Amino acid sequence: MDKTLLWVRTGAAWLVALLIFFPILWLGMTAFKTELQAISVPPKFFFTPTLENFIEVQSRSDYLLYAKNSLITSVASTLLGLLIAAPAAYSMAFFQTRRTKDLLVWMLSTKMMPAVGVLIPVYVVYQQFQLLDTRLGLTIIFTMSNLPIMVWMLYSYFKDIPREILEAARMDGATLYDEFRHVILPLGIGGLASTALLCLVLSWNESFWSLNLSSAKAGTLATLIASYSSPEGLFWAKLSAASLMAIAPIIVFGWFCQKQLVQGLTFGAVK
Amino acid sequence: MKKFTARFLLTPAVGSLFLWMIVPLVMSIYFSLIRYNLMSPGEHEYIGLMNYEFFVTDPAFWPAVLNTFLLIGSVIVITLVFGMALALLVNDKFPGQSIVRVLLISPFFVMPAVNALLWKHMMMNPIYGVLAQVWRFFGAQPVNWLESYPLLSVIIMVSWQWLPFACLIFITSLQSMDREQLEAARMDGANYVQQFRYLYLPHLSRSVAVVVMIEMIFLLSVFAEIFTTTGGGPGFASTNVAFLIFVQGLMNFDVGVASAGGLFAVLLANIASVFLIRIIGKSLEK
Repeated sequence: MDKTLLWVRTGAAWLVALLIFFPILWLGMTAFKTELQAISVPPKFFFTPTLENFIEVQSRSDYLLYAKNSLITSVASTLLGLLIAAPAAYSMAFFQTRRTKDLLVWMLSTKMMPAVGVLIPVYVVYQQFQLLDTRLGLTIIFTMSNLPIMVWMLYSYFKDIPREILEAARMDGATLYDEFRHVILPLGIGGLASTALLCLVLSWNESFWSLNLSSAKAGTLATLIASYSSPEGLFWAKLSAASLMAIAPIIVFGWFCQKQLVQGLTFGAVK
Repeated sequence: MKKFTARFLLTPAVGSLFLWMIVPLVMSIYFSLIRYNLMSPGEHEYIGLMNYEFFVTDPAFWPAVLNTFLLIGSVIVITLVFGMALALLVNDKFPGQSIVRVLLISPFFVMPAVNALLWKHMMMNPIYGVLAQVWRFFGAQPVNWLESYPLLSVIIMVSWQWLPFACLIFITSLQSMDREQLEAARMDGANYVQQFRYLYLPHLSRSVAVVVMIEMIFLLSVFAEIFTTTGGGPGFASTNVAFLIFVQGLMNFDVGVASAGGLFAVLLANIASVFLIRIIGKSLEK
């Protein structure tokens, strides 16, 4: 009886997982087809793979430039974000006041503001400071839009660090730097890592700001994909190749770090 | 001294977020009170609340508000229900468990632009799309998803992206269930429904709160999925508030009206966040 149940459950789980994964699998397969095979009816599951689409995408729109932009802006905004968020989270976790909770809620509420609502002012300001279509401009935006979440996450991690350890360190005359370097960093490294990973993913996938504030020079992979949306929409194989190149790095990255990512996303509230 | 350090460490975060909030806000308020259309140069005269009136009386306004709530509501319900079911399904050990999890989590890392194009073309295309072929295989008339059910199509895309997220959080939460309690309940003859109602559901309540909160934050501003697929149409059938502001601002070049709309969106977000964070903040403190 138990054995049948196990098999039924295994079968069901695999079936659902494959169904959910199917669109990505299909995208991956289409990327290696010719344009004709891509739209064949009935769909082809077996075919001779070709690398033509990838070469075409690179030669037509310089994939590597966009990939570089994505990489630089996500890494830079993550580092900058940690630099600003970690001290704030530390201060909130270890010097709690009556207003700390309100401050946290306020921070999160800035994240609820829809980006479109502030697009025009931001655009005007960026134009003034010549930040349009620059990597610096995108980095700042990504940092700001991830900052509330970073502070929340780091706060909930730091809060779990036993206060006694910190107090002992302070008794021994540790400076703020010592405290951070020898207590917070080693004990909070998991939290810092989770936060950083999540921010990398969010920045990499950010589409709204990169579509509206960047184009040829600082455009990220989201911009590249969008450029394939209307005129080239009918060339499915090339579209798939470009899409696959845009999402593969972050998906593989996500597979390896899924545990840290989940912990981060729950603000440490789910154990 | 301590107080000074605490403030000093907080300043960069609070200061930058404050700027990030207040500068666009003040500019929006200013723009929303003047006549400012990029296509008609001239004096930026003060026109009071006319921009607001124009935005609110736009025929697309109420549909957009309704669509925003429909989109958020359905995606949250879908991801909660299916996420929980899936998490329960893959919770206990079975052959290939780790691979199944990797497959399940993947859609979460697909960027919205790719998600939208992938579904629009390769899945939902009424002639060559995979869904059309499946429909035909069963002898049914293929559905023109984006034309006939635009909002539903967007809901499907967004749910596909967020289902893994909900599922993963429930999986994580289930791992800390009290095994002995479960065993005891089974020994006492509790059936699946009873186990779910009295053991699993209470244990998962906190993760439900987390899922609802995070999804609310991200779903309020769904944009790329609509922009790349339906373009808000046909008519206003899949226009949400975020997309409506985009249409006003960038397609009609009306900075004034778009700013008024932006402020409305901010207001909407704040109402939502006050309710939400109050409720959820409590459950997070436990």
